Amino acid sequence: MGTPRLSSTPLPGIGVRYDLTTREQRRISVVAHRDGGRTLSAYRKDDPDACALSVRLSAGESAALIDALMPAHHSPSLLSTTELGLVAERIELSSTSHWNGRLLGDTCMRTETGVSIVAVLRRAEAIPSPTPDFRLAGGDTLIVIGTREGVESAATILGRE
Amino acid sequence: MHSSAVFLIEFGAIILGLGLLGRFAGRFQFSPIPLYLLAGLAFGEGGLLPLGTSEEFVAIGAEIGVILLLLMLGLEYTATDLVSNLKTQYPAGLVDAALNALPGAAMALLLGWGPVAAVVLAGVTWISSSGVIAKVLGDLGRLGNRETPVILSILVLEDLSMAVYLPIITALLAGAGLAAGSATLAIALGVAGLVLVVAVRYGRHISRFVSSDDPEKLLLVVLGLTLLVAGVAQQLQVSAAVGAFLVGIALSGEVAEGAHGLLSPLRDLFAAVFFVFFGLHTDPASIPPVLLPALALALVTAGTKIATGYWAAKRAGISAKGRWRAGGTLVARGEFSIVIAGLAVTSGIEPRLGPLATAYVLILVIVGPLTARYTEPVAAWVGRRGSARAPEPAADAAQDRDLVPSPDAPAEK
Repeated sequence: MGTPRLSSTPLPGIGVRYDLTTREQRRISVVAHRDGGRTLSAYRKDDPDACALSVRLSAGESAALIDALMPAHHSPSLLSTTELGLVAERIELSSTSHWNGRLLGDTCMRTETGVSIVAVLRRAEAIPSPTPDFRLAGGDTLIVIGTREGVESAATILGRE
Repeated sequence: MHSSAVFLIEFGAIILGLGLLGRFAGRFQFSPIPLYLLAGLAFGEGGLLPLGTSEEFVAIGAEIGVILLLLMLGLEYTATDLVSNLKTQYPAGLVDAALNALPGAAMALLLGWGPVAAVVLAGVTWISSSGVIAKVLGDLGRLGNRETPVILSILVLEDLSMAVYLPIITALLAGAGLAAGSATLAIALGVAGLVLVVAVRYGRHISRFVSSDDPEKLLLVVLGLTLLVAGVAQQLQVSAAVGAFLVGIALSGEVAEGAHGLLSPLRDLFAAVFFVFFGLHTDPASIPPVLLPALALALVTAGTKIATGYWAAKRAGISAKGRWRAGGTLVARGEFSIVIAGLAVTSGIEPRLGPLATAYVLILVIVGPLTARYTEPVAAWVGRRGSARAPEPAADAAQDRDLVPSPDAPAEK
């Protein structure tokens, strides 16, 4: 098996299309828009000229997807201490989050999941070891450390809208 | 009231009205161009409210709008794009020109408008709208489709043809004789060829001269250069729009990217002003008499565009479904038909040409996205109905048949 080749087709006025045909003879293409956006397409089996799926991704979304596609990828973790069974992750609060304006203590994070919140990243600053009376805001990124299961449930709690 | 106050109120009201219309169009996911045209029709000559003081400014704004439209189009393409498309796809370009320009010319001759109007109307029916089509392709999730490069290369060739075609009609409309006309054409072709060669060879140097890290200076340099070249081109009887297009082609790389981002809002503003201006100079009362010819022309040229796309996609080895999609997508006409008609209207050759072009573009800019969506299913349905026939009709047989599905397409919703 050689390395699969991406063939490229210029799309004048839009960008470039890169095609990949997999071992199972399915075709995937990425259209690179000139503004940095990407369109990911997978082709239909019954009509190989048309797309079954066509998703427009922003530059950031593409980066997140690349991360997941990397063969050596484990998780978006900052520290992967697999032998201790601990992981650290960044979890971002959305601007419409349930916790926007509520206290950190209200999340009952440690009691519920056993994870520790070691820092909050807000704009350009980092607040280390936030106390329970720390007031969260939409857009904050929390750095949490705990077991894999604990971090997953923490992400679920923090994801409440 | 002070005249500058009147001007500000009038012009502000126009722009605000356009903004609200644009939002309305955005809600229904269709191009705002027809609404801008209708807004222009509603005011101005024979409309509800003749404009006074802002007339002159709107006229100049319209002129700048055309220049910016063409400049942005030039920025979209690199010279290499154009040359490689020209080399590989020229048969498709020729078929496209023959099938779609001739019905327009024939209609003008039928109506007894004479040869100059025939050449103008040929251009109106020939050039598809790159703007509308690029948007439709994105909306329908077809950017990755294999027929898309075929569609785009036809658009590229049409846009490149404008660089030759516009000087011709500029000369014709100016009433130039055969000798003067040929000289103009030779100059235009020479300049266009020269710019292409220079852009391919020395594009980097031109871009470096223009390049600037500061957006403000980049904007001023690019805009100044474009207007200057457009003015010189106009003076040489080559047409300002072509000069702007060639400037866009000559700029490449980062400069083109940057200029694209900076000039987009300006283009949007002045292009909207241009469509309004065109509408302003068209008396709404003159539209009903030309509605039938416009409908007939729209019907025929929708069919010929579908045939063009079908043929070009077939040539590129695309399967039947993709061929119908390519054909249906190409139907939309828009900004450039109006640009061409606008040149004719300001020179005042045939009073009914403007209204006919307006009605024609209004029909096809609305129908175009629908044919893009429905031509393939309708063709499949017609194919199933006549499945006794061969599943893949020859292109010439298809041409007769697809005059049937395209008008039905909207009704199929």
